[in-house]
Amino acid sequence: MSTAATTRIVGASVPRKEGVDKLLGRARYLDDLEFEGMWHGATVRSTIPRGNIRELHFDPCIEWSELAVVTTFDIPGKNHIQLIVNDQPCLADGCVNHCDEAIVLLAHHDKRKLREALDAVRVEYDLLPPVFTIEESEQRDVIVWGEDNLLKSYLLEKGDVDSVWSRAAYIVEREYRTGAQEHLYIENNGAIAEYNAETGVTVWGSLQCPFYVQKSLMAVFGLPENKVRVIQTETGGAFGGKEDYPSMICAHAALLAMKSGHPVKLAYDRMEDLAATTKRHPSRTRHRTALDADGKLLAMDIDLATDGGAYATLSPTVLSRATLHSPGPYACPNVRVHSRAWATNTVPYGAFRGFGAPQTIFAIERHIDEIAATIGMDPVELRRRNFLHTGDTTATEQLMREPLILDQLLDRALAESDYHARRFRFSQENAATAVKRGLGIAAFYHGSGFTGSGERYLNSLAGIDVTPEGKVRVLVSSTEFGQGTNTILAQIVAEAIGVDCDDVIMAPPDTSAVPNSGPTVASRTSMVVGRILQRAAAQLIQMLQNQAGLPQPFTREGFFATCARYRAAHGKPISLCRYEAPPDIFWDDQTYRGEAYGAYSWCVQIAQVAVDTITYSAEVEEFWSVQEVGRVLNPVLAGGQIEGGIAQGIGYALYEKVVWQDGHMANNQMTNYIMPTAEDVPPIHSFIEEIPFAYGAFGAKGLGELPHDGPAPAILNAIRDATGVGFTAIPLLPEDIFEKLAEPVEERAMV
Amino acid sequence: MSQTWPAIRMTVNGVESALSIPPMKRLLDVLREDLGLTGTKEGCGEGECGSCTVRINGELANSCLVPVLQVEGARIETVEGLSRKGEMHPLQQAFLSCGGAQCGICTPGMLMAATHLLQHNPHPTMAQIREGLSGNLCRCTGFIRIFESVIAATAQTDQVTDAR
Amino acid sequence: MRGDAEAHRMVAPGTLASVLELIAGEPGEWTPIAGGTELMVAHAAGRLPSSKLVSLWGIPELRFIDTRPERLAIGAGSTFTDLRANLRLTNDFSLLARAAAWIGSIANQSRATIGGNLVNGSPAADSSPALLVYDAELELISVRGTRRIAYTDFHTGYKKNVLAPDELLFAIHLPRRFDKHRQYLRKVGTRRAMAISKVALGGTALIESGTVSEVRIAAASVTAFPKRLYGTEDALCGEPIDSGTIAAARAALIAEIVPIDDIRSTSEYRRRVAVNLLQEFLTDLQPSEACR
Repeated sequence: MSTAATTRIVGASVPRKEGVDKLLGRARYLDDLEFEGMWHGATVRSTIPRGNIRELHFDPCIEWSELAVVTTFDIPGKNHIQLIVNDQPCLADGCVNHCDEAIVLLAHHDKRKLREALDAVRVEYDLLPPVFTIEESEQRDVIVWGEDNLLKSYLLEKGDVDSVWSRAAYIVEREYRTGAQEHLYIENNGAIAEYNAETGVTVWGSLQCPFYVQKSLMAVFGLPENKVRVIQTETGGAFGGKEDYPSMICAHAALLAMKSGHPVKLAYDRMEDLAATTKRHPSRTRHRTALDADGKLLAMDIDLATDGGAYATLSPTVLSRATLHSPGPYACPNVRVHSRAWATNTVPYGAFRGFGAPQTIFAIERHIDEIAATIGMDPVELRRRNFLHTGDTTATEQLMREPLILDQLLDRALAESDYHARRFRFSQENAATAVKRGLGIAAFYHGSGFTGSGERYLNSLAGIDVTPEGKVRVLVSSTEFGQGTNTILAQIVAEAIGVDCDDVIMAPPDTSAVPNSGPTVASRTSMVVGRILQRAAAQLIQMLQNQAGLPQPFTREGFFATCARYRAAHGKPISLCRYEAPPDIFWDDQTYRGEAYGAYSWCVQIAQVAVDTITYSAEVEEFWSVQEVGRVLNPVLAGGQIEGGIAQGIGYALYEKVVWQDGHMANNQMTNYIMPTAEDVPPIHSFIEEIPFAYGAFGAKGLGELPHDGPAPAILNAIRDATGVGFTAIPLLPEDIFEKLAEPVEERAMV
Repeated sequence: MSQTWPAIRMTVNGVESALSIPPMKRLLDVLREDLGLTGTKEGCGEGECGSCTVRINGELANSCLVPVLQVEGARIETVEGLSRKGEMHPLQQAFLSCGGAQCGICTPGMLMAATHLLQHNPHPTMAQIREGLSGNLCRCTGFIRIFESVIAATAQTDQVTDAR
Repeated sequence: MRGDAEAHRMVAPGTLASVLELIAGEPGEWTPIAGGTELMVAHAAGRLPSSKLVSLWGIPELRFIDTRPERLAIGAGSTFTDLRANLRLTNDFSLLARAAAWIGSIANQSRATIGGNLVNGSPAADSSPALLVYDAELELISVRGTRRIAYTDFHTGYKKNVLAPDELLFAIHLPRRFDKHRQYLRKVGTRRAMAISKVALGGTALIESGTVSEVRIAAASVTAFPKRLYGTEDALCGEPIDSGTIAAARAALIAEIVPIDDIRSTSEYRRRVAVNLLQEFLTDLQPSEACR
């Protein structure tokens, strides 16, 4: 039996399970699949941000009988995509609330005819005034959603914030803003659907959560669970962008399959995917903070607003996580967070790695540096004086019971980056060079798994079985999309049973074949689902001992022989377990008090940034990340997640801007939506600390989202260090730096 | 519309083909649809992401930007041609050990670019590696382990014979 | 893929003479396509109007780099990889070699041709500033023969040039007399690779006895088409490089550029950075300047 200290497989860099297929070019992604008799689908989309549909015109030059045409009238069940609030229609029903909203679906077996038909549908609208910003929405001059444009709000209160202002030594107020961010997975959204009047709907898709899609399709088609089958295909990147959106594209493909009587492939090209699918919620965070004369936090008053786009989708849960991460990793006796998600007439925002945390961590970590500058304290010292320690309570009055080592993480980050020496050197050199250099810090946590009662509500089911061929199969709905699910879960099961990693395979991510272990989101796969599998393995061993004479101890061969014996007597050896919440997790959804998350991962990041005063470009020259994540299950995969998350965070800070023009994404091409290339990413130095978490698989806590939370504030703090200018909004482009840094240009043209 | 077009001849991974296809069909689509070689991917259609990267007569190219008429008589290499009888090329092996592939969608194009780089420069500097891969976008890895994979592969370049 | 492959005819006659004959026979009917790095993007977006295309790819008479004592001649069909691989070019015309390295990615450089870059005529064209400050001469060809024009006279408006409907760009000639000139080229893009130019500035200058005896300055993305900045040059020519001259040159630059706001950048930013790049170039020309 393995203990945390002596694992053979967990903790080893086992090669990626599906790696060989990917490297040989053999892995089949959605668009690589062709079905017999398959048609192609396309979507007629709104060209206006808000209005009523007066009429649909189908140009008679097209032979419409050759096509399958789907409108709202063809929807057998409910015209909505089931999520939290069922306000988003599957197809626009009489009105549109954002540009690129789906109105009509078309299918044809010939792609060229399909394209001609797409160009031949004209929609006539009666325009309505649109709302495009948080400010316009909260003003409520124009109501575009519900009674008052408010998708969701929370109020989190600890202590009595208002009692503090009069006795504070310092009060610092600032506003911070973050923009939309596009996932830019290299594989666009796509689905293939089949419909059969007897057996129902089957959909293949590039997606994260097969059971989310199943639930949505059941509603759209009015079908029971056993008539809706969803299968994940090899997925080329997701990052949250394929958490909820696939329900929409899969429903569309399925409706076309039903109408046409053929399998239908609906695969977006880059322009359509960029324009029409979800992105990260833009945010505005207002901080008002009181400190005593020693720089200790007395009160934090936080006003948070997110832009949810035209429909609620995941805005309530993103807002929740944003709220719970907004006070930062600091002890503060009085906290108030008032958060609101506002509706606008833009493409609905959705899940994206970090899920609200990057937005509010940007704000608090920038704010700490602004406070430090205002009160004349070193930002390192200010953080030290206020860090949470074991025994402190958070803003939700959660008692931090687990060992908390922020000081050590900070110390290590400072040491590895040679922070003080570098900063000193830059302070000497900057005056004489056009390029100014600086270092910036961010300290933060990321709650692992679903918020509060969320995991209990999910009630995940997962397990293992053993095949006649002598393979242990992992039965989960958790999907692989590059982050390493297949490998990690196989490692956990192999370790927990005591067989080899090659003995363990993944059951297909098919709702008809696997139990619902919950969505593949929220950095929960290793910690939560892995833990269930660890228990299922123990349960299987117990069962084999009790019912098939598994010896103690046993060998790998003994295990499989026993399974064969069990099969002969009782049928397939299978062991399923439900999620078990760690003890003492109490969360009150009404008052927002209690254990917000079962576990937290912690991180300190440092960025070295160079700002060129000739071009006003900022570039990250080097980056350090020190994280405490419980237990690293696979060092190569973990390192890859950290580096990838940091690269995305760098893009979020300095490169990636969604340019909106009247509610439509104007830069919906890779030429104009800029992510860092191989020449732009800095060397990244990553260091792991491990404090095993008793309720995570082999001690693991969440890791995948944590690294994306810190780069933006660390980078802008570094820019403040380099230039003296505190920028408060991202993406921070050279054009924005130029505005604050450049002296006015002399003599304009005297024309 | 049933037209016939003059056959366009090309050699792909050592195998000769003659295909009657419209001259303006993209090489990417010819590889994927007419030759069933789906290893080469489409990520953007604009020559920005590099997931469609192939080699044409030994030069690197984004196959989404190549009209098939222009490869008449050409020698084309795709990711499927890197391995021999299912045995991975040392570069592919290095990617596996070092974590150079996560979701894998950029990987075929990345491998072609890396192969090209190492053939021209068996021991590239980090700057040369970055430049050689600058046309291939990876959203998962942050590139770091791709660089490490290429460096690991350079240790084995002496053993690679390029008989193509 | 929004284009229709079947809606476009494409021929590849394979020799320069046959291409010229074809386009002479039906002037304006055939769109020449070289590496395709521009036209195929339009094709994929469903925005390629040309129904008839004639391929120039690989025509040997167009793809050459020819070194003569007095000039370098570059065939219009030469790719940017060809340019980078040519030692003579990289040594004697380093600004052009640097510009070639800026084009897209290695894969783009292997397909994009210098002729395509010029004929496409984007104000952001990567090779234009270098060619302008090297006094490039273009050789145009048709069935009627060849003619030469200064590159500065080639572009006449936004994406407009002097090519007759039956004419092709044949070669770019670079006179070999810049070895004593100070040379400068810098591009500012959205990132380090695969970036369309937001601003670029090129310059060559001959300093004799402390004054500027010759100067050529060109920029990208600040005028409707690539052009020499004569006003700025006039402020410098015959002058010593001192603070007064630099101020005059900056003012002249501001007066003659017309940067715009677009999806990539703003006119204010472009104006300011263009001035900064000029400052950087001129500062480097100053006699007492220490090592940079």
